[in-house]
Amino acid sequence: MSSFTLAAIVVAAVVFVLARMLENEYVFFAGYVVLQFIVLATAWNILGGYCGYVNFGSAAFFAVGAYSSVALYKAAPILPLPVLILIGGLVSGLIGLGVAYLTLRLRGVFFAIATLALAVVIQTLVINWTFVGGSRGAYIIRANELNVFGYELPYTQYLFLLMLGLVVAAIVTARAIERSRLGFGFATIRDDEQAAEACGVPTLRLKLIASTLSGAFMGMAGAPFPYYIGYIEPASAFNLLYAVNAIAMPMIGGTTSWIGPLIGAILLGTMQEVARVTISSVVGVLIVGVLLVVFVIIAPRGIVGLVREHLIARRKP
Amino acid sequence: MVQQSVWQNAARPNSARQNAARHTTGKPPPGATGPEAPAMIFSMELLLNALIAGILLGGIYVAVTVGISISFGILDIVNIAHPAFIILGSYIAYTMNARFGVDPILIAIVMMPAFYVLGALVYEVYYHSFERRGTDALGGLAFFFGLLFITEVALVLTFGVDYRSVEAAYIGPTWRIGYLDFPLRMVVPCVVGLLMLVALQIFLSRTFTGRAIMAVSQDQLALRLMAADPIRIKRVAFGLSIATTSLAGAALIIIQPIEPSIGREYIGRVFAIAVLGGLGSLPGTVIGAMLLGIVESLTSTFYGPSWAPAVAFGLLLITLAVRPAGILGRR
Repeated sequence: MSSFTLAAIVVAAVVFVLARMLENEYVFFAGYVVLQFIVLATAWNILGGYCGYVNFGSAAFFAVGAYSSVALYKAAPILPLPVLILIGGLVSGLIGLGVAYLTLRLRGVFFAIATLALAVVIQTLVINWTFVGGSRGAYIIRANELNVFGYELPYTQYLFLLMLGLVVAAIVTARAIERSRLGFGFATIRDDEQAAEACGVPTLRLKLIASTLSGAFMGMAGAPFPYYIGYIEPASAFNLLYAVNAIAMPMIGGTTSWIGPLIGAILLGTMQEVARVTISSVVGVLIVGVLLVVFVIIAPRGIVGLVREHLIARRKP
Repeated sequence: MVQQSVWQNAARPNSARQNAARHTTGKPPPGATGPEAPAMIFSMELLLNALIAGILLGGIYVAVTVGISISFGILDIVNIAHPAFIILGSYIAYTMNARFGVDPILIAIVMMPAFYVLGALVYEVYYHSFERRGTDALGGLAFFFGLLFITEVALVLTFGVDYRSVEAAYIGPTWRIGYLDFPLRMVVPCVVGLLMLVALQIFLSRTFTGRAIMAVSQDQLALRLMAADPIRIKRVAFGLSIATTSLAGAALIIIQPIEPSIGREYIGRVFAIAVLGGLGSLPGTVIGAMLLGIVESLTSTFYGPSWAPAVAFGLLLITLAVRPAGILGRR
């Protein structure tokens, strides 16, 4: 286990202990949403930031994870949540692989458009699938408390803990990719795909790996969602909110390293939770949209880029 | 007695319900010579009417897609915010119609210059932020996605999420020719869409600016040598593509009630049509639009309307996998 993984686990443990010390269930309730966005943003960044291929269908991958949980809850209620998360990730990853295989051989734009349309189609499938509730939605009945390693833990805290684990897994994976041959391969695709291809980089295979990994993490972020809200229906699972946030958070934070999506998700996620309580959630979402447009025009490298430029400028004179 | 009245009420438009009624009674309906013959006639009628509805729907899809054929097909600008502008056009038509009772299509034609200016402005921002800086496709896509989202949320904040519709003399009446139905609320937008396409095709092939627009995607340097500024030409073309959304929006709100997020259903459709017909070809757009309209109409008639949105994506994927250049594509 590398020292970074160890540090990430320690930070996650500190976050959990601090949250428990506040003795307020709302902290876990709101914190879960922010953590979920960290996983989504990091997952989007594996394909979008490292390879330069835009996925507009994050909501679809998220919802596939959520609905695979619903289907398994109906078919085999005894399965524990961590297993559901793994299966949700597997299904979403396979869909990522399929879409990528069909469209990534063409120009990147077609992949972007296909992911947009994918969200509509999977939503149509779910609406017509009565086993998981169709357009009427489905209820998930969960325990109030859960026994984890001998401790009686409220279910919201258990979900928070699971999501914290996913955050650690996603960030450790993203950082490991960045520093491996895989990451350098991704970067060559982002910078100049033709040149990379000419140098012998297996671009298609790398793109398929990135798309599968990215889809899998999005699915894993979505799998516990039905247990979090207790009632799920297509309009909430396929909310465009997830797609916008998954793009906006890395773009605003900075797409070239793992820390960008983390910063973007914490800032925007917290901002939206505050706006939801103080003004309205629609206004919070509007702010995200405006920030996205402003950042891509004025600061295409995001907050990380701004800080880096600032440091370089200070060093020069 | 009750079964009889159900049969008579359902007789005209809906033969599916007819069949169900017959199944419940377990005997052939009155006046039928045999159990199979009327079913044949009625399913033929159903099929023909579904085809006509598909063609009319295709005409509306022409109106919705023609702008994308210019911006994506000719200029290579992936404007995924296009449907958002269409919904904006729908809401302008709705507001003026609800307040002053003006005909939606008339409003749309009056508003076209304003949409043109809006489009030109968006292109200015896009050009200075992305196109001039080089091939930053990621930023450009995120920019248009942001525009799409801001427009949608702004409309939700202004109008709420209720469905809105317009009123006009031609919404309601239907022409009947024999068994065939031509609802005027579909015919009028279809004609409008086709007329708009013909006008644009004439403009693109006959005028200097139009030919320059066709040329700008091929060779910008040659265009400069002809004393035309490629950036100005692109601005004009993008302005035109957004101007079409005014009319497309009015056409859309005539055929169906509108709410802000409905634009998303059209993202898949417009790009499917543009790619299917062949990028940059306006006649290809007509073929693609008609094909999608017919397939969607047949799907919703025989499998149920809730399946129709999936059709566009299926067609798009098949096209991309089999023939990415499209039916009339040159690339």
